[in-house]
Amino acid sequence: MTHAVIELTDIDYAFPNRNKCLSGLEFHLHEGEKLGLFGPNGAGKTTMLHILMGLITPDRGEVRLFGRTMSDGHSFDEARLRIGFLFQHSDDQLFCPTVLDDVAFGPLNQGLGPDEARQRAAEALHQVGLDGFEDYVPYRLSGGEKKLVALATVLAMKPEVLVLDEPTTGLSPEAKDRLIAILKGLDMARLVVSHEPDFLAATTDTLIAMRNGRIEPGRLTPHTHTHVHEVGDIPHQH
Amino acid sequence: MAAIDESFTWGDSLIHTTDPRVRLACAVMITVITALLRSPAPAVAALAGGAILVALAALPFGAVLRRLAMVNVFIVFLWLFLPFSTPGDELLRFGPLTATRQGIDLTLLITLKSNAIVLTLLSLMATIAVQDLGPAMQQLKVPRKLCHILLFTYRYIFVIHKEYLTMRRAMAARGFTPRTDRHTYRAFAWLVGMLLVKSWDRAERVHAAMRCRGFRGRFYTLTRFAATARDFIFLAGCAALAASILWLEIARRGAA
Repeated sequence: MTHAVIELTDIDYAFPNRNKCLSGLEFHLHEGEKLGLFGPNGAGKTTMLHILMGLITPDRGEVRLFGRTMSDGHSFDEARLRIGFLFQHSDDQLFCPTVLDDVAFGPLNQGLGPDEARQRAAEALHQVGLDGFEDYVPYRLSGGEKKLVALATVLAMKPEVLVLDEPTTGLSPEAKDRLIAILKGLDMARLVVSHEPDFLAATTDTLIAMRNGRIEPGRLTPHTHTHVHEVGDIPHQH
Repeated sequence: MAAIDESFTWGDSLIHTTDPRVRLACAVMITVITALLRSPAPAVAALAGGAILVALAALPFGAVLRRLAMVNVFIVFLWLFLPFSTPGDELLRFGPLTATRQGIDLTLLITLKSNAIVLTLLSLMATIAVQDLGPAMQQLKVPRKLCHILLFTYRYIFVIHKEYLTMRRAMAARGFTPRTDRHTYRAFAWLVGMLLVKSWDRAERVHAAMRCRGFRGRFYTLTRFAATARDFIFLAGCAALAASILWLEIARRGAA
């Protein structure tokens, strides 16, 4: 049995003045595992991700990352540097004046010097196929490019786990294909939250479902849904 | 930040190539002294100093004038009220209104000082790219909270403006035209309320994303600051300017 990198045990969480969002949630992600998570809006998927990153504190339950119990806010500091978390909206993630500054932000926080951080940033941009984008303004890029820059900001930190929150939101089929190709080249453990069966099939090995604040028992093997004809994803007339 | 117009940061003038920490220190030194002036002569000197700094920074003339114009819109209001509301010796009379010499002196002093400060800040502060401003403040031992307030205010002003434009467009798309009626006031009140809520949420998300990438309250930069002999000469020059303004002020107060 490989080691669990993320373990959530018996997590309860309720937003102030609202019904319970998560109740008795159990979740595990093991080394090298590629897990897809799907579930209806409001099922608590994003909340679960924020809990495992230590961004919100659960009302009850235990979060263990890389085999260590996260007891308070500070214990997350180190673990976070090893998990690459891609936010649903790239605009929330990108805040620097240039692409280079944004991609180097994480490595600098990890304690690398300016030259090494620059090197890491260049590598990460190369990994996502955005060589030469260093001096662009992230804010003015297209949605697809923003997503790739956001992915580069995460990859530059050389994470051991990738957590992707609905990475395909608002992306065109071309941009999705590009994202899939990049993800196929990465072998770290990953958790992908998505509403798109085909994207999950292309990027994960195992599927789990979330409903009413807990992970449903049972695992599925993802499979692609091929449209009956070739031009299925392009508008056309019959 | 992303789309705030940072046009003044581009350039390779004497000022642009000076260490940001030196620029920041000089800006603080000159503006604090200018803000405390009470006599017109040193204020004129400060204004001249500011103009020289702007010239040294080779900033686009039109853009500088536009920024000055924005500040002087407020100054115009001071000219409308202050000369008539300050007690003192009568100088001019417009019907029931009398302008006093003290009132005019005070307004003139404020005008000179404001323009001097704006010019100094434009040349020394506005030329610092925002990614350098944080580290520069940190290295000058500015309290961390103050650094964060300044940097994030700068970043989020743009975010808030963008949310505002998005909502205004959405309102316009549903046929909203502002009028002087209750419907308009209510719509704007909701707009402002929603703006605060959205901006707050957005700020939280950006902060969360920063924490996920290891942000723990300290900014690092790719640029290495290295003060050279030229930076020290620049610092000495600004110190001399500040000292002469101060000397003029002290001499005036002594004479008075």
